[in-house]
Amino acid sequence: MSAPSELLNVQIDGIWHQFQKGTRVIEACAQAGKFVPHYCYHPKLSSPGNCRMCLIEIGMPKLGPDRKPETGTDGKPLINWIPRPQISCAQDISEGMGIRTESPMVKECRNGVMEFLLINHPLDCPICDQAGECQLQEYSVEFGTAGSRFLEEKVKKPKRVEIGPRVTLDDERCILCSRCIRFMKEVAHDDVLGFVSRGSHTYLTAHPDRLLDSNYSLNTVDICPVGALTSSDFRFKMRVWFLKETKSICTSCATGCNTIIGTRQNQVFRQTPRENDAVNSAWMCDYGRLNYHYVNSTDRLQTPQIREGQELVNTTWNSALVKAGEELKQFSKDGIAVVASAKMTNEELWLTKNLTELVGTSHCDIIPRSGAADDILMSADRNPNTLGAQLIGLTGEKPGLRLKDIAEGVRSGTIKAVLALGEDLTQIGLQADELKKLASLIVLDILPTETTRSATVLLPSSAFCEKRGSMINIKGRLQRLHRATQPPGAARDDWEIVRDLIQKLTGSNGIYLIEDVFKQMTDSIPDMNGLSLSRIGDKGVQLVEETEEAPAAI
Amino acid sequence: MPYTVSRPKLTFSEKAYFPAIFAGLGITLRHFINILSGKKKVTMQYPEEKWDQNLPAHYRGAPTLVRDEHGRERCVACQLCEFICPPRAITIHPGEIPIEDRWRKVEKFPQEFQIDMIRCIYCGLCEEVCPEQAIFLRKDYAITGLTRQEMVHDKKKLYELGGVMTGLVHKWNDKK
Repeated sequence: MSAPSELLNVQIDGIWHQFQKGTRVIEACAQAGKFVPHYCYHPKLSSPGNCRMCLIEIGMPKLGPDRKPETGTDGKPLINWIPRPQISCAQDISEGMGIRTESPMVKECRNGVMEFLLINHPLDCPICDQAGECQLQEYSVEFGTAGSRFLEEKVKKPKRVEIGPRVTLDDERCILCSRCIRFMKEVAHDDVLGFVSRGSHTYLTAHPDRLLDSNYSLNTVDICPVGALTSSDFRFKMRVWFLKETKSICTSCATGCNTIIGTRQNQVFRQTPRENDAVNSAWMCDYGRLNYHYVNSTDRLQTPQIREGQELVNTTWNSALVKAGEELKQFSKDGIAVVASAKMTNEELWLTKNLTELVGTSHCDIIPRSGAADDILMSADRNPNTLGAQLIGLTGEKPGLRLKDIAEGVRSGTIKAVLALGEDLTQIGLQADELKKLASLIVLDILPTETTRSATVLLPSSAFCEKRGSMINIKGRLQRLHRATQPPGAARDDWEIVRDLIQKLTGSNGIYLIEDVFKQMTDSIPDMNGLSLSRIGDKGVQLVEETEEAPAAI
Repeated sequence: MPYTVSRPKLTFSEKAYFPAIFAGLGITLRHFINILSGKKKVTMQYPEEKWDQNLPAHYRGAPTLVRDEHGRERCVACQLCEFICPPRAITIHPGEIPIEDRWRKVEKFPQEFQIDMIRCIYCGLCEEVCPEQAIFLRKDYAITGLTRQEMVHDKKKLYELGGVMTGLVHKWNDKK
């Protein structure tokens, strides 16, 4: 990399601009507001320059007999145009370079390249999942011609190939841009894809002994500019133009990859990564991406319930909350334990912290979750908001240390009431019969577990895609979630439930909106001072100094 | 700008008013006698009599799904009609054609295809937008039912109404 301060003069479509040295020609054009169509070029990958879609005219400064650039009447250097078109994605700008992106030759090149690309392309847009977000469709409209002059038979290639457990390949649609090959090699470090055969019979395939089974395989579907690689999970589920896109973050591990949740008619259809260089570049792992199906489950808890004898019976929100409030009031300070979840948002955790202070218990913690980390995106801490829970004070330096005491307290009978928020207590070693012995077990959750079945008061809450709020990722970045769907049935936002529980104990606390919660939280936590939910923005804000070593998950 | 409207000059008989009244009554009387004597007929005894034979070819009746002469269901569940439908009468649940099927090349088919005929406004945009020549507005216009559910045409009903249509483009040939 050269010194970043050096600026070079470049003429684009007759206007002189200045760009940093080392800028790609295609990037310089983009910065100057001139869009150059491209397929194989991807800013996060290397440039092989094989699609030929980004052809433009380039010229270098005209040199006089003294080898000095000649200048025109305007004092700017004259340009010697190279008579043949050049690709713009694989070369950097140089001093005095001239670029034409709209000349007749460039237009003719684009038209010709589109015609070549479409020669063997099947016209199966009606069944292709990429339709609607397909660059071949878009550029065909913008730069192509209406009809084809091709009269011969199209080349037959493998179709409907399960190239991996989560990816389906249609080689006839492939335009051989090699983005997927480069992604697997350069980003996923699993070089399984490649081209075989020659000429127009070239096709994409995986290594004969291998499958495209990397945990990052679905990113190849995102970067595929056409419908060659499609997601088996999303295959034929919904056309993309129906999807409502909501910016959110992935909650499957502490990395907090930025996502777009695609929904229609209150159903989640897919998650795709959203570019954020501070967090996930443009990628996300398959595990996080596909970890949403439970949200659409028919088992979702929908109605508040209270225990009457052996049975849980449906009731109204008010009577359930009144009962929960009465139960909490019955017991003395340390007879109550609060088991929260680091899958909750900061707002919910902060209200929970308020509740624990109100009842005066020191028995509160989160349940840590961990798995194997990889060197790419996946974090060992599988809770998305451990840092938030620590900052708010619901847990200590090492999350989960107090859980043992809570479990023993429940067994010995010193703890008579437990408030479980989004966690199954069997994870801390308590059995169903031990849970049933509790005088009070107030549970907030979205799916039935052993704990919800043992509850005295069951309060159905919301999943990650159904709530607004904020979380802090493993690098200390505060990021926002947005509501993409409505919670099912009578289920409510977690923060509203906890707020109402607090109100049952104290009367009104002046919190009506989630913004109120955030305001009170930022006022009480020095690291968050001066922030508001809207000020976090789509890409988050760095809250605490980035640490080399992520906090250890147990 | 105000301007003067030129009025026609009326003759004496026009000013007198009565001749015109009698002329009008005469026309009424002529029609009355013609209809009474059976010389002229204006009322069609629907539903005993129907105009169906005279419906023009472009008549827009109920939207239906058609099969082609190979018995293939032409719809590939691209959902463009669902998208274009102004009253949102169409609901499609796409599915995947199993690999053993004769038409596996098509890959996609509608598992369920519903048109809510209470919502349908017979605009014909679904027919116009269809890239597969699968949906056509046929001449059925008397769509009735006793329940709302009955008014939702499912896939079976739509193919029953649509039947077979020949002479359509075959773009899913093995050679293509």
